[in-house]
Amino acid sequence: MISWFHAQSLRHTGHTASHPPGAMVHAFLIHTLRAPHAEDSGLCRVLYSCVFGAESSPDDPRPHGAERDRLLRKEQILAVARQAETMCRLQQQASGRPAADLQPQPSDEPVPLHEAPRGAFRLAAGDPFREPRTAVWLGVLSFGFALVLDAHENLLLAENTLRLLARLLLDHLRLLTPGTNLLLRADRIEGILTRFLPHGQLLFLNDQFVQSLEKEFSAALPR
Amino acid sequence: MAAAGTERLLRQAREVRDEELGQFCARASALLRTEEPGPEAVDALRRLFLIVAATKYGRKLEDECVDLLQTALGPPPRPEPLQLLCAAILRETAPRPGLSLSCDCVQSPRQLSLVASVLLAQGDRRQVRSVGQRVFQVLESRQPEGPSARPLLPVVSKVASLAPGSFREDQANLLSKRLADWLRYASVPQGPAPSGGFFTPRARQPGPVTEVDGAVATDFFTVLSTAQRATEDQWLNVQAFSMLRAWLQLGGPGAPDTDDRSEQEGSSLSVLSAAASTGRLLPPERLREKAFQYCQRLVEQSTRRALRRADADLQKACLVEAVLVLDVLCRQDPSFLYRTLSCLKALQARLNGDPACVRVLLPLAQFFLGHGEAAAVDAEAVCRQVFGRVPAEHFHSPMLAFEFVQFCRDSLPLLGRHLGLLRRSFPGLLQLLAWNSPALTAEFVALLPALVDASTAVELLHALLDLPCLTAALDLQLRLSPAASERPLWDASLRTASCPDASQDPQLQGRLQHLLRTEASGAPERLAPLYPLLQPMAGCARVLQCAEAVPTLLRAFFSAVTQFADGALTNQLARLLLERSDSLYPVPGYEARVHQVLSAQFLGLCQQRPCLVVELAKELLALVGSGGGLRSGGSVLTSAVWAVGEYLAVSWDRRCTADQINKFFEVLEALLFEVTQSRPSATLPQCPPQLVTALMTTLTKLASRSQDLIPRVSLFLSKMRTPAQSAAGGALCCREDEGVGTRATELLNLLKMPSVAQFVLTPGLEVAAPRYHRDTNTALPLALRAVSRLVEREAGLLPAEGRPPG
Repeated sequence: MISWFHAQSLRHTGHTASHPPGAMVHAFLIHTLRAPHAEDSGLCRVLYSCVFGAESSPDDPRPHGAERDRLLRKEQILAVARQAETMCRLQQQASGRPAADLQPQPSDEPVPLHEAPRGAFRLAAGDPFREPRTAVWLGVLSFGFALVLDAHENLLLAENTLRLLARLLLDHLRLLTPGTNLLLRADRIEGILTRFLPHGQLLFLNDQFVQSLEKEFSAALPR
Repeated sequence: MAAAGTERLLRQAREVRDEELGQFCARASALLRTEEPGPEAVDALRRLFLIVAATKYGRKLEDECVDLLQTALGPPPRPEPLQLLCAAILRETAPRPGLSLSCDCVQSPRQLSLVASVLLAQGDRRQVRSVGQRVFQVLESRQPEGPSARPLLPVVSKVASLAPGSFREDQANLLSKRLADWLRYASVPQGPAPSGGFFTPRARQPGPVTEVDGAVATDFFTVLSTAQRATEDQWLNVQAFSMLRAWLQLGGPGAPDTDDRSEQEGSSLSVLSAAASTGRLLPPERLREKAFQYCQRLVEQSTRRALRRADADLQKACLVEAVLVLDVLCRQDPSFLYRTLSCLKALQARLNGDPACVRVLLPLAQFFLGHGEAAAVDAEAVCRQVFGRVPAEHFHSPMLAFEFVQFCRDSLPLLGRHLGLLRRSFPGLLQLLAWNSPALTAEFVALLPALVDASTAVELLHALLDLPCLTAALDLQLRLSPAASERPLWDASLRTASCPDASQDPQLQGRLQHLLRTEASGAPERLAPLYPLLQPMAGCARVLQCAEAVPTLLRAFFSAVTQFADGALTNQLARLLLERSDSLYPVPGYEARVHQVLSAQFLGLCQQRPCLVVELAKELLALVGSGGGLRSGGSVLTSAVWAVGEYLAVSWDRRCTADQINKFFEVLEALLFEVTQSRPSATLPQCPPQLVTALMTTLTKLASRSQDLIPRVSLFLSKMRTPAQSAAGGALCCREDEGVGTRATELLNLLKMPSVAQFVLTPGLEVAAPRYHRDTNTALPLALRAVSRLVEREAGLLPAEGRPPG
């Protein structure tokens, strides 16, 4: 369960300025969450992922097969999803959440996203990405949402953005309505990301801006 | 079930065979070729996306289909869902060699942004650069009345972060100039025109710009200004601030550009600069100046009470960003430092008592730490504030905990003389760890070497061993906390009624306070009396998780501490280790896991400092005499016994006497007798064979050093040799008996030749000398071969070899 503890690089990081000062989102993903106390209910699945610009590897002289690059990218995302899923499960166990919490509530009440399990963890350089990064995650019912950030991104903004994205996805994809399937809604997810996280740029959007972007989205991709 | 449906759909997508995929592509291609692709085409593309995305292995799409997907991204514009899907499919299949897609002819910013998303996904630096160049061409040639440049700015950010240095200096200057304008001069319509005006308000006249608290804005527009219907330049203001920090760092306003052609070009091309051009400052300088004003305004705006929760959250994120931007500005141009300091000092004073803004304190502290002497006084103050109070008050916020530990790690090179402050506040930091162990263990493993020094080592080791107990105490504290509204989530399955009450007993209260201290006390107290009180929490998932992390942390602790520990400290730690091995918070499985680490570390310490065995003789005798730790697998006891055998010798420590050897011999002999000869009972659990063999070996070693003891140990060993007898003792099971029997035989044979036994069992220090490995006559391998032949031959003569397996 804690095998990645050992894989972590023990190298100290320098100050902000000594890093390549990236300040963007590297990837966004949605994955499944299993019930916190059920051990045998399948594997963690990545339901959707979007990588904003490929991580280039200028130091690596080996010829890169396109196939291998893609495989690596998919494995990286899966590694993040698994860790996020484990973190979420551990947090839910620790807070003694009943497994029933994972089922959609029958009522139309909005999911209280401010109380949803959430957290962040560090991805050391080389594991799984070349650069050190931070993952921020949010667990909503049976869905996990996660952002992979450059190491010194504004975490508070990332957290707000992730919550906003989760809310938009829940609302506009009707994720909680039985029978809807996120897997066949890629255009809507893309439509939301293009507006609220364009090319992985976190945006300082106040409520008014969010509302007008939402209107714009609804007009461009009517249900 | 939704989950089952998802699983089925994913499996179907993965199981699509190549020829089926071919048919699928053909269908999608046919739909894409139609004049106006409709919902059917969107549906086909959604499925195609799923098929490509659902597997990590490459999917071969027909060339024709890929061509059509690329064509769909270009002009003429098609329905957005269709284009989004085409881009998504192309991104999913990236990198794809031989992609013909190019952004050279794309004019529309929205389409260019989509095409760029595909090209940037290819992982080719040259392509990244060419995207950057094209985006700049479009930005430069854009007409004021043309479509918005909004979709292009994030592309610029991404290009700058993927391939720094992609832009020419004149381009960078142009963008810096524009950014400065967008930041500072976005329009602030002052509400409806007063009556009697000449103009009838235009149909799309925006409403008044207000602050987050609803007041009408009186100063320039920022991301914290709200407008009913935002104008284009207000959108650009948002974009500009969002990308500002990255641009300042990466887009590299480089060396001052003396060629004012770019300045002219910039102003002639700038859509919005008419009101703005000051002309005197160079673009990067001007951008920094405007950025400074913007940040100042944000700091001022953050005092307002937001009407909406989302805006209150945004205010905090803006404060963090403002501090980070100011940090960059001061680094790039120290002349900002004094202005910034006064602004941030006021901010710090304001945030001091505000628990909602606690996360802003971290970048603030980092700022003060990063700016050396100029900010030294403030650094001291803010560090005290941050290290002293924050962890204990906010340990239950997972994000804050992560950010705090990251702050500590990042600040290490900057802390300098404040490092002591960090070290002394380790008890507070451990509260973060105790509550959030899964996410923070790796962070702490990295942080520990900085936290531990000679003054904190002992207290820190106690604290690490008591970490699960701390988790339980924090849990108790939260349950009993009166501030119910601030309560985080916890295990509600545990009834508050069963929660113990420490308030009755002042002594327990004191210990609880000690456990929950935020600063190192210098004198760790024994917490064992608290264990019964906190027993009800020992089974909580959070406590169990924390207990799982402790072995990893202990290993990290010892690997750090052994780098610098002197004799006295090593002695102290070894003593502590023995003492604490039977005084741990009773979490299921915890003791055994910790013992494994402690036993290995104890041996490590002894190896480093062999005279520990003599110095700790009293403690070791007591441990062996009591058979302590046998209940939890006996690993500490086994190490202690082994260490006695290894290092209780005059060659290691001149203070070692024959009397001492005899005393140890007696106690060890008694223990061996007890664990092998007595019947299994409830009071003495099954003895691990490792302990039995360690005891036999150690007794033999001691006998080889004090040869009067040889007859006694030989007698004992000959009894141990025949497994039937020890099996009658019942404490060992059969297969392991054989190992014990073989070892007994070997030792017995060795003891027949006391001088050989001494050579083998107590090799002198000179064994390490090169001579022993080079000289043929004294060579160690030769000696070892002789001995093993001796031992084996004797063993081979034994009837036991031929006995049927039992």
